[in-house]
Amino acid sequence: MPKQPLLQFTGKSIYCAIADVHIDPWMPVGRAIITHAHSDHARWGSQHYLAHKDSEPILRLRLGQDINLQTVQYGERFMINGVKFSLHPAGHIIGSAQVRVEYQGEVWVASGDYKLEDDHFATPFEPVKCNVFITESTFGLPIYKWRPQQEVMAEIDDWWAQNRAEDKASVLMGYSLGKMQRILRNIQLQDSVIYAHGAIYTVNERLREAGFDLPELTLATKEMDRKLFKGALVLAPPSADGTTWIRKFAPYSVGYCSGWMALRGAKNRRAVDQGFVLSDHVDWPDLNRAVKETGAEKVYVTHGYTSIYARWLNENGIEAAEVNTMYGNEDENEEEEAAQDVSAGQNAYEEHKRELDETVNTDKDGAGL
Amino acid sequence: MKQFAELFMNLDRTNKTNAKVDLLKSYFQTASDDDKLWALTLFTGRRPSFKVNRTQVKEWAAEEAGIPMWLFQESYHSVGDLGETISLLLPRTSPGGSEKSLSEWFHYLGMLPGMADEQKRDHIIRAWTQLSQHETFVFNKLLMGSFRIGVSQTLVVRALAEATETDSNVIAHRVMGQWDPLDTTFEQLILDKGENDNASRPYPFFLAYPIEGDVADLGEPNDWFAEWKWDGIRSQIIYRNKELFIWTRGEELSTEKFPELHFLSDVLPDGTVLDGEIVTYADGRPMPFNVLQTRIGRKNLSKKVLEEAPVAFLAYDMLEANGVDIRGLTQEQRRVQLEAVHASMPAQNYFHLSPLIDFEDWQALRDLHPQSRDNIAEGFMIKRKASTYQVGRKKGDWWKWKIDPLSIDAVLIYAQKGSGRRAELFTDYTFAVWGDDGKLVPFAKAYSGLTDAEIGQVDYFIKRNVLEKFGPVRTVKPELVFEIGFEGINESTRHKSGIAVRFPRILRWRKDKKAEEADSLGNLREILNNYK
Repeated sequence: MPKQPLLQFTGKSIYCAIADVHIDPWMPVGRAIITHAHSDHARWGSQHYLAHKDSEPILRLRLGQDINLQTVQYGERFMINGVKFSLHPAGHIIGSAQVRVEYQGEVWVASGDYKLEDDHFATPFEPVKCNVFITESTFGLPIYKWRPQQEVMAEIDDWWAQNRAEDKASVLMGYSLGKMQRILRNIQLQDSVIYAHGAIYTVNERLREAGFDLPELTLATKEMDRKLFKGALVLAPPSADGTTWIRKFAPYSVGYCSGWMALRGAKNRRAVDQGFVLSDHVDWPDLNRAVKETGAEKVYVTHGYTSIYARWLNENGIEAAEVNTMYGNEDENEEEEAAQDVSAGQNAYEEHKRELDETVNTDKDGAGL
Repeated sequence: MKQFAELFMNLDRTNKTNAKVDLLKSYFQTASDDDKLWALTLFTGRRPSFKVNRTQVKEWAAEEAGIPMWLFQESYHSVGDLGETISLLLPRTSPGGSEKSLSEWFHYLGMLPGMADEQKRDHIIRAWTQLSQHETFVFNKLLMGSFRIGVSQTLVVRALAEATETDSNVIAHRVMGQWDPLDTTFEQLILDKGENDNASRPYPFFLAYPIEGDVADLGEPNDWFAEWKWDGIRSQIIYRNKELFIWTRGEELSTEKFPELHFLSDVLPDGTVLDGEIVTYADGRPMPFNVLQTRIGRKNLSKKVLEEAPVAFLAYDMLEANGVDIRGLTQEQRRVQLEAVHASMPAQNYFHLSPLIDFEDWQALRDLHPQSRDNIAEGFMIKRKASTYQVGRKKGDWWKWKIDPLSIDAVLIYAQKGSGRRAELFTDYTFAVWGDDGKLVPFAKAYSGLTDAEIGQVDYFIKRNVLEKFGPVRTVKPELVFEIGFEGINESTRHKSGIAVRFPRILRWRKDKKAEEADSLGNLREILNNYK
């Protein structure tokens, strides 16, 4: 009988049959190991959870105070049914971990989401030697090459300073968990008061309560005096785009932090004033570096440019296969929320129609003549 | 280049008209005259060609980036823009950018046409190493003649008018027609206050707005002319200094394309400019646009083409008489002059007046409107008798009243990612109808007409229902039904369905319909037969 693989892709998780443990299941299971607290990896309803201790505040916030959660430190070993597990820093967000699984001398690593650059908040990524590596490929194309973090942060500093000089509010958008803490730890705080949307405020408070070193934020509400926001920094999740809440800050400039901002198309679609190319995922050079440093002889490529990256690895002497998972939907969730906003959508649509009118007319009246 | 690349990026980023005008204006106030001239060349849609082969440029870029061609192509599909893809893939050797100006780069590019391939390669790569990412992007757009920007000529004209404190109608006229940045200067082109000696220069076209609400809202019927809205090519015919020029609305000089009209240089009075529509025409009436399409884009007009698709000019306005600009006269007065020119001509088959429709009241027009297709027209043009000939699309005096498009319910079967604003989203769709054998037959591609929210939903569906991949194209589970509108329909041997539709677009998403309830090829043929 052929040996069954240590980890399997079952259609509801990355599953270790010998230990009966699911990594990042997207359906309720008995025992789950969670790589990090983003909603596409940490899902509701499992009987038992295990995660890094720094994930605890947010996991309890999002999945419920009373979940059955066991926490461990990075590098701490624990056995389940004879299988040796340990978590190692993934550098993606606070508490994010790669899951190392060892059985009878064979080592697999499921990396969840990760980045190599030290963001000065999450514990920096550490490469883990393994036989089989499971990697994300969110930005698995050679067009994605991040600039050093301090350059992007300096851009944010300049943008805020410029807006301050013009008495405009600076509405900075990005994911509430991960991106916002990274920003708060790396930009220059030009004001003692920083305003935030509820989603970001809550995450920040939970992390502060748990003892993390983050500045205090002030919840921005509709009832506040508009004058307060002149020149202020307001942190907002992408879903706040175009809401009545955001209009409160007028006049304002919108900055959006995401790896997708590297492309004009994505930037223009969002119709933001300023796109900051800042991602908590590996870019192309780092993805290749990470894979190489694991020394893995086999790589499974999950969410992102799976087929492309798998082909690239195969052509470069590393056996690779693509795997379908339900990860990587954090963007889509945000997009859907944004799509519900009528006014932003309407504007973009009108613009699109005008462009189209122009093309159609040119095509017709000047076609090839 | 720095200044121009920055202008381009800033323009690209904003959707606000006023912000765009401000950016352009400040560029026109601060850039050197040489750079302004080149910028204007680009903004007015003139794209100098440097005779480079896109495939070669792709190969050179992939080589420089150290990636195989298939990975280059995948990157390109994701980005949706070749110039941008290259700018992202190249190793970043000069983040600070280049000190050379826009016009200096144009001259640099101007050296390419005489070079052998190997030299071209070195020349282009040398440029890439000197430019920042944004500059590389703009440079690539210039290199490949694919420079496009979301700024209409009207806005450019407005900004330039404000920057130079000149009347915008004057600027609009000055930037039109034939000019080459290599043999003119900004000073000559824009600032020259005297009479310009550019005999070929057309006037900016006056464009109509679609009519809103009921036609009766226009008021007194007697204040208006009505004509058929011809389905042809909007054109301006200029005869000055014994030379004939034919311009199409796409601002292309197309005199050579219409030999049928060359006799006009023998019969028009010198200093005449006419506005009208070029249509294919036989047996005393226009032919459908499909026929005109058979000769559009052809380099050589064979005898056969000229016989099968002869054109005529249907004149409806006169802009210059005896060398004098008469756009300030009323529509009615200009019509009188136009009719006089027509009356002075010998009888022939190629120059006709677009007839005025006789109507007592609005009801008479409403009754006649459904017959547009029988008259090979797209509806009516309604023009105020007292109106002057204005510049661009202005509301109030010229209205178009179009007939409803033809439509059919079709199933989404293939999807491809969009480009530019829509890169990463599946926005280009192919639709099919049910064939006689019960299989879906593709018949049209369409990509417009959905709201952003709907595009998001369709994209979400597609990403979860891909059946097969062929390069950038995805075969999608046939489930979603859309009502597809189109302007014309014709038999076609090139299409699997045997039918080609013109200007297909999505009218609405038929969420109420299942794929089985979509229309059939039979329904499509029925429309074709009625339309012929």
